[in-house]
Amino acid sequence: MDTLQLVWFGLIGLLWAGYLVLEGFDFGVGALLPALGAGRDAVETEKRRRVMLTTIGPHWDGNEVWLLTAGGATFAAFPEWYATMFSAFYLPLLLVLVALIVRNMGFEYRGKRDDDTWRARWDWAIIGGSVVAPFLVGVALTNVVHGVPLDGDSEYTGNLFTLLNPLSLLGGLTVLALSLTHGAFFLALKTTGTIREDARRMGTTLGLVAAGLAVVTLLWLGVSTGSVWSWVTTVIAAGALLGAIFANTKRREGWAFVGTAVTAAMAVATYFLALYPDVMPSSLTGGRSLTIENASSSPLTLKIMTGAALVFTPIVLLYTAYTYYTFRKRIGTQHIPAAVAVK
Amino acid sequence: MGSSLDVARWQFAITTVYHFLFVPVTIGMSGVVAYFHTQWVRTHRPEYYRLTKFFGKLFLINFALGLVTGIVQEFQFGMNWSDYSRFVGDIFGAPLAFEALLAFFLESTFLGVWVFGWGRVPEKLHASTMWLTHIGTVLSAYFILAANSFMQHPVGYTFNPDTGRAEMSDFVAVLTNKVQLVTFPHVVLSAYMVGGAVIMGVGLWLLRRDRGTDDEPVYRKAVRVGAVVALVASVGVVVSGDVQGKIMTEVQPMKMAAAEALYDTESNAPFSVLSIGALDGSSATRIIEVPGLLSFLGTGSFDGTVEGINDLKVTEREMAQKVADQYGPDVAVLVADDDYTPIIPVAYWTFRLMMGFGFLTMIFAAMALWTTRKGGVPQSRWWTWVAVLTPLLPIIANSFGWIFTEMGRQPWLVYGLMTTATGVSPSVSVGEVWVSMVVYTLVYAALAVVEVKLFLTYVKRGADPYEDPSEHADADEDAPLQFAY
Repeated sequence: MDTLQLVWFGLIGLLWAGYLVLEGFDFGVGALLPALGAGRDAVETEKRRRVMLTTIGPHWDGNEVWLLTAGGATFAAFPEWYATMFSAFYLPLLLVLVALIVRNMGFEYRGKRDDDTWRARWDWAIIGGSVVAPFLVGVALTNVVHGVPLDGDSEYTGNLFTLLNPLSLLGGLTVLALSLTHGAFFLALKTTGTIREDARRMGTTLGLVAAGLAVVTLLWLGVSTGSVWSWVTTVIAAGALLGAIFANTKRREGWAFVGTAVTAAMAVATYFLALYPDVMPSSLTGGRSLTIENASSSPLTLKIMTGAALVFTPIVLLYTAYTYYTFRKRIGTQHIPAAVAVK
Repeated sequence: MGSSLDVARWQFAITTVYHFLFVPVTIGMSGVVAYFHTQWVRTHRPEYYRLTKFFGKLFLINFALGLVTGIVQEFQFGMNWSDYSRFVGDIFGAPLAFEALLAFFLESTFLGVWVFGWGRVPEKLHASTMWLTHIGTVLSAYFILAANSFMQHPVGYTFNPDTGRAEMSDFVAVLTNKVQLVTFPHVVLSAYMVGGAVIMGVGLWLLRRDRGTDDEPVYRKAVRVGAVVALVASVGVVVSGDVQGKIMTEVQPMKMAAAEALYDTESNAPFSVLSIGALDGSSATRIIEVPGLLSFLGTGSFDGTVEGINDLKVTEREMAQKVADQYGPDVAVLVADDDYTPIIPVAYWTFRLMMGFGFLTMIFAAMALWTTRKGGVPQSRWWTWVAVLTPLLPIIANSFGWIFTEMGRQPWLVYGLMTTATGVSPSVSVGEVWVSMVVYTLVYAALAVVEVKLFLTYVKRGADPYEDPSEHADADEDAPLQFAY
């Protein structure tokens, strides 16, 4: 195995970690719209929902690019992995795409008309999309690690129901619960007033559920395909999540958010360490597993990609950090302007 | 029911053409909105503030759909075309990854800052975020067109018999493919033409509706800026298109022959503006035929020789045979009945419609500039039609251009290297491709209705009255934001 092949395996892992850390919280905020958006009356409910959406407004689009980059980088660095994974997870991916489409349209269009029916429809698009997408991303990633039936040509031979096995469904629920917790902690960090209090209270409950699910998923995965290193990251993930819940109960909102961010990143690290040295193991005897070595691009392509990643990733991280700094101010219902005067 | 190949091709056509309705609007409009915003920051004249806000909103309504349909595109290669992805991923994947890393992050991140930045970001920096978004869209075009140019004219690769795939040998060659160097200006200039035309059309409609009011000069400004952009860009589109025709004749002669339905090799080959009857080489009657024009378009000389379809069929068959022998049936299969021609009527008509709609846009832009000179307002009610048609014509011209380019490449997926039939995903059933095709079509159709309605609502509403943004400057901590979702 070449160094660069290993580097790119790590970088793909990093991109997925970045995706779940960043879009994870905006999935959470979207999915919590009914629970944390509920006020005493319709006017307050609408204001609370707008506060929630505005906290993620400047960021969700950039966050989603991590998924596109993970996809593009997999295509460039491991074409066989990209080809096999995307064609194997055909229908779940279709659903992920539809979920992302309706959710993104919801963000952009919801406030463009002052009409309750219009808003209610887009709210459901946002909520549905924010629940379905992280769940299915979790199902897909868990299937990758756990193994799916690939024949001698590394072609997928299963169907939709092959992918909906107990472990993968559990993995999906874990990613969803983690995103909800992460989103609640993000809201507690970015809002003022009663939303902040409610988000903190709900975050603790969600965190405990996520911790329960995560422990079962990671133990199951660890026992079946784990390595020493994946156990180390499992322990860090669990510690970070418990630390986050503890920090949350102590009203240390920044630390709580950092805690769930570390949990999401370490959960992805665990997946990738459990995966190593495969990228897509076959569950069939006689099947051809895709490995870091046999699925990768040529040395030249990897070299070019490495150069690009070294130069441009720091730049991207810098301006991304700038946007979080620019929009660092907490938002409350008092900051919400009147609805646009368009029926 | 069709084979999964047929359905996958239809799906690619539908999702790509749909996606590309929004792309040129995004590229073109982001540039003009950035210009308005910069002018506002420089002059602080209220009209620029109003135009920035007004066209900024229309831009965002359009951008949302361009964005979401773009995600589908990136995943579709792996989902429906996995054997294609396996065979050329070593080369084709890199520009896509570059696009995400260099372009998508830039445009998405800075557009977020632009949308929410009113009153929260210093004004010069704020205007520059729209420029950065615009640069992102142009970079994105560069990389995706480099990937497409590889499919038209593969360069910078070698076949590796050990891995059984095409592998990168020269990335610079891929990025500076001669097809790419002329396609990129052609496509980006077409996008400016679209952006200018949308702004001109919307401005013209409002100028006529609100003539005699205080808003008249604001909309006249929109018409004139939009028309200048569309007119200048369209000249560039013609020039780049001319060069492109010559390169196409050189590297994909079949496409040029199909564009004229030219069956026999000719020097001094004519170009027909229209024709009646089947274009199968037997009975078509050409109307308004310009002698030597096809030769000129293809070779730069009226006496140049342009190869005809009948001769090229033989060449193409030899090419397919060679690739099939060399790389095996996973890469290229011989086409039944030796039918190595694209669908001729499609190539013939899309080529003409592309040019015809483009030229009409150019004429409309020139007319609008003329009639609005020295504070003029177009009077005749025919101008309403010009206003409505101007944005649509270049968008449709773009679609036809792409249909021509992509269908003119058939039966090849990568010209001279891989046939389309071998690229489709073997593990995906025809039922699955049908499901995704129906789902995309329904979702896209519904969203199109919503988008167009919303766009028109905001057009009719016109530009908001001017509010001095500096009044918000010393607002207290709890003052409402200037923009929130």
